Amino acid sequence: MSTILSSSEIKELRRDFPILNQKVYGHPLVYLDNAATTQKPSQVLEVLDNYYKGFNANVHRGVHHLSQVATDAYEEARKTVADYIDAGEDHEVIFTRGTTEGINLVASCFGKAFLKPGDSVVITAMEHHSNIVPWQMICEEKGATLKVIPFDENGVLQLDKLDSLLDDSVRILAFTYVSNSLATVNPVKEIIAAAHNKNIPVLLDAAQAVQHMAVSVRELDVDFMVFSGHKIYGPTGIGILYGKREWLDKLPPYQGGGDMIKTVTLEKTIYNELPFKFEAGTPDIAGAIGLAAALKYVNSIGLGRIHDTEAALMDYAMEQLQKVDQLRMIGQAKNRSGAISFLLGSAHPFDTGELLDKQGIAVRTGHHCCQPVMDIFGIPGTVRASFAFYNTAGEIDALVAGLQRAARILL
Amino acid sequence: MATEHISNQTIEEAQQEIIDEFAFLTDWMDKYEMIIQMGKELPAIDEKYKVPENLIKGCQSQVWLHADFKEGKLIFTADSDALITKGLVALVVSVLSGHTPKEIIASDLHFVDDIGLKSHLSPTRSNGLLSMLKQIKHYAIAFNTLQH
Ligand SMILES: Cc1ncc(COP(=O)(O)O)c(C=O)c1O
Repeated sequence: MSTILSSSEIKELRRDFPILNQKVYGHPLVYLDNAATTQKPSQVLEVLDNYYKGFNANVHRGVHHLSQVATDAYEEARKTVADYIDAGEDHEVIFTRGTTEGINLVASCFGKAFLKPGDSVVITAMEHHSNIVPWQMICEEKGATLKVIPFDENGVLQLDKLDSLLDDSVRILAFTYVSNSLATVNPVKEIIAAAHNKNIPVLLDAAQAVQHMAVSVRELDVDFMVFSGHKIYGPTGIGILYGKREWLDKLPPYQGGGDMIKTVTLEKTIYNELPFKFEAGTPDIAGAIGLAAALKYVNSIGLGRIHDTEAALMDYAMEQLQKVDQLRMIGQAKNRSGAISFLLGSAHPFDTGELLDKQGIAVRTGHHCCQPVMDIFGIPGTVRASFAFYNTAGEIDALVAGLQRAARILL
Repeated sequence: MATEHISNQTIEEAQQEIIDEFAFLTDWMDKYEMIIQMGKELPAIDEKYKVPENLIKGCQSQVWLHADFKEGKLIFTADSDALITKGLVALVVSVLSGHTPKEIIASDLHFVDDIGLKSHLSPTRSNGLLSMLKQIKHYAIAFNTLQH
């Protein structure tokens, strides 16, 4: 059996995404902004609907029936996530609002516990702002330094610099699995092993990875990993922080409130155990259940098939984009996933993006929350087409034709 | 190179002319081609005015706007690093440049709405356009007070 979804299978799967079937400015919508957020299949929407219509209640609090059903569904969702990323135990999975909150949580709690003046934190030059700013904030607060692993002109990390950067002052390394602006897939296992060799824990930003490839936290031996539900066909407002128990137990709580406590007196509070210690207040119950539905949906297609289908589509896109005069790819790493970043001659990326939009083609333009990356290339931004398994070769052809038309006007 | 916009049209007439021109174009790509064409005909700004002080805040792409005051009229020159933005800037300049501060202050710019552009511009662009209109009115108010 082919590991690539056939065009009739894709056509069938697209029925799960009614939103894709619409016209924009009179043209069929071509949605190529999946790295920003993916569309949600009916299977996820139905679960959300059923939750609110059938068993909405607060979790971990009531003795009544509905609360029990909601609590079971919420904890079952945690288990689905744990299985999806191959976590050793469910309690290592913390529900957050998204990648951004997960990184802020770790930066803040890890910083409080372990950062002192003179220490440092290492990131890479291709991080999303959400994996830069929280570290800058905590470093500033603690008198620590932020150090950066650079990348070369192809968008490949310069790992020959890793050994000297990971010196005695480094307390944690935080970096991205897949770059959202350059699409580079980093050699994660090798980098994590290098850090562990020096007893440095690692946070992995998997926001652009988990929807495209199988990720096992145990195989990677990663200490913390974060991702967002909305980029993997789930709802917005829900995300995941995975942490090894040994690390999560060592961190102080993030926010105070209900659910995260065991006992409260006005003098002293005893904090609850994992995972509740990090889930203060009423969580996004619907979001968690919806995310679990999304992961089940992905599993029902098969992550392997999704990966191979998207890789084949990327290859096709790369080949077809050669037809567009003066198209310049930004980020030329051999190992890329999910997106193609480019510029059309000297045209401003906003112009290119706007002319594609008026032809029904949705792409992202700008710095993609990676201003340092754009500064390194000396450009104001790029146009980024990013893919999901539901994108078709026909949509790539529409992109190419749209770009050719835009080029005639702009260049 | 196009000459400066010293027009003998009123602001209202200039707006009406643009509205009429766009009325013929039904396809959005054609409208954008026209906008970009207008940008290409925009009188060039003197390079010495492309300085940070003349950058309009609130635009995602860079827009420089310079005002000259000649014989009681405000003459605008402008540029942008993005062509569509430059075209939008050109539309505004062609309507407002060459008029007295009083006329500009009193003007009601409705053509952006009337040609259906406002609802179709990306939010960052329409914010940029608003910032530019605000800046032009600021110039008009400033020169109007200077005169008196
Ligand atoms: C690599 C990467 N990290 C972090 C984020 C931030 O994710 P969110 O906005 O869902 O918190 C994104 C999303 O754009 C991303 O692509």
